[in-house]
Amino acid sequence: MIAQIAADAADSALLSPGMIKVIIISVYLGLLLCLGVFSSRLFRGTSEDYLLASHSIGPFLLLMSLFGTTMTGFALVGSTGESFAEGVGVYGMLASSSGIIHSLCFFVLGVKLWSWGKKYGYTTQAGFFRDRLDSDKFGLLLVPILVALVVPYLLVGVISAGKAIEGATRGDFPWLIESGFSETGGIPPWVTGLVICIVVLVYVFFGGMRGTAWANTFQTLVFMILGVVAFYLIATSLAEKAVADGRAHQFVDGERIVRTDPPTGLWDSLHIVSQEIPKARRVRAEVAIEDQIESVEAPPQFRTRERLDPWMFFTYMLIPFSVGMFPHLFQHWLTAKSAKAFKLSIVVHPIFILIVWVPCVLIGVWATTGLITIPPPVAGDPNKVLGFMVKSLSGDVLGGFLLAGILAAIMSSLDSQFLCIGTMFTSDIVVHYGGKNRFSDRQIVLISRCFIVAVVAVTYFLSLTDIAQTRVFQLGIWCFSGFSSLFPLAFLAVYWRGLSKWGAYAGLLTAVSVWFTLFYSSEFGAIENWSVDLPMGDRTIQTMPVATIFLATIVATVVVSLITPKPSPTTLAKFFPVKG
Amino acid sequence: MGTVSPPTPLVIFMKYLVVGLILVLVVLHQDVWNWDNDRLVLGFIPMTLAYHACISIAASAVWLLAATKAWPADLDNAEPSKQQNQVGGDA
Repeated sequence: MIAQIAADAADSALLSPGMIKVIIISVYLGLLLCLGVFSSRLFRGTSEDYLLASHSIGPFLLLMSLFGTTMTGFALVGSTGESFAEGVGVYGMLASSSGIIHSLCFFVLGVKLWSWGKKYGYTTQAGFFRDRLDSDKFGLLLVPILVALVVPYLLVGVISAGKAIEGATRGDFPWLIESGFSETGGIPPWVTGLVICIVVLVYVFFGGMRGTAWANTFQTLVFMILGVVAFYLIATSLAEKAVADGRAHQFVDGERIVRTDPPTGLWDSLHIVSQEIPKARRVRAEVAIEDQIESVEAPPQFRTRERLDPWMFFTYMLIPFSVGMFPHLFQHWLTAKSAKAFKLSIVVHPIFILIVWVPCVLIGVWATTGLITIPPPVAGDPNKVLGFMVKSLSGDVLGGFLLAGILAAIMSSLDSQFLCIGTMFTSDIVVHYGGKNRFSDRQIVLISRCFIVAVVAVTYFLSLTDIAQTRVFQLGIWCFSGFSSLFPLAFLAVYWRGLSKWGAYAGLLTAVSVWFTLFYSSEFGAIENWSVDLPMGDRTIQTMPVATIFLATIVATVVVSLITPKPSPTTLAKFFPVKG
Repeated sequence: MGTVSPPTPLVIFMKYLVVGLILVLVVLHQDVWNWDNDRLVLGFIPMTLAYHACISIAASAVWLLAATKAWPADLDNAEPSKQQNQVGGDA
């Protein structure tokens, strides 16, 4: 119905293309606000309900909220951009490994921590570690580190949204250029960032964890469905445009000739556009000039690429372990109604990743085919590629819906992150040190809401700084590397009786110091694809920084734990009961 | 807090099987043999992308096995304890 109204308005020339998109996105954001307000009507008034939805989330909502939370602007905008810049290898580097590792984290950590969380009343990771390690002060060290790592992750979302919308509305609002608000005629990133921060803030503020889970489910459905629609539209439109422009080719009797027959459907369109993908984007090894398809009209920079070291590819696999220490996922795990509610998430998560990533990766490499001209400002900023493709190859109405889908993916992560930081400040600092009996449930909810407002404000203002110029993917990789490096701590805490508080301190401090040293060496992420180079025999291998940090954390944690006193027998009996 | 039921031999076997299959997936994930292959599978998916899409499907199958045959026992019996949020000693 909304589509019909928008289409009618467009037909009657009442609205400009830019306004159509703005209206569709506004309606979508309005629906989200309604959902948040509605979910607040089910609020039971307790802090447990506000922060953990009273452990009431079933399998489907858990699947959608876990998936929606892990898929952010990184998965849509970042994967398309990185595929455009580096090739289809990005799927193997992050997506397929995530299918294995994310579910592993849900299985080995999520289910176990849920049972302890329900049994012993944990709300945050710090609460668990304090209890497990017999160390009250461990939380004082852990909380600031987690917050410092979540904030860049939040920025990834806000920045992605700003750039995607700017790319997709490029030239739609020429008056913005005249008035000095925009250089491209698109919606400036600061406007998009401000709007989505406010919308997310409202439904998290009123709906708490229940509102977040519902909104995540709604948004995950939206971005998955619209993602598939975008893939179909871009494939068919790109093929039609390529044939019309005389840029598409076909083989006749072994000879490559220009194709003049229009595409006959999705399958034919996929063949037309994919056969033009330069070899440099199809493979991960080194590509020589003679390997190129000579008739490809792609710009020269798409025809060669630097060779990716297999060790770099292998060590990339450690990045998805970040899921094991994301504080917002920990909080989502605790919302589950039962341990069995995890089963659906564990099994379906890899398939959902496939559904979202494969189309995005293909769209990214199609942008390198030369079938569509990518303007230099877009080619120079890969984060804008998805938005540009959507704008160029779909109608204004569908373009508006697809933009809403991109925003859905981004906001479904932002909400959980805002909520978790608010929860950490409230539970781990204010309530923990102020005394649990000092505050009523109502006051705890109020404090949480105040912290959430503060976190949203800080994130928004940070997104206006120079950090926004960093490539989303690079920023995300460093942020994820930090969380991944803390995975050994969580794993050892759950499965190793020998972990001592001193071992945990050593592991945590080692992770932070090595991470910072390497981040500093990469000029704070400014050097793209920065690696730790190690001599091996007569050659040097390149590894992801996360491998060094991960290994150092394990060694420090285990060695120090072995030589320091263990937690009390009571604590060990609590977490490691005797079998039999 | 005291004791939990030990897993049955079948569950223990399935746990080892799942661990083994995960390790196989990790090895298969390092597809150096595909790195120079620029063939398009089904005429439109680059080989390396199609291969890793299959890894995703295989991962889902392994996790289905884990969820049905190697699921940890007793976890659903978790009930709130009287010792909720007890804080230990100082560091």
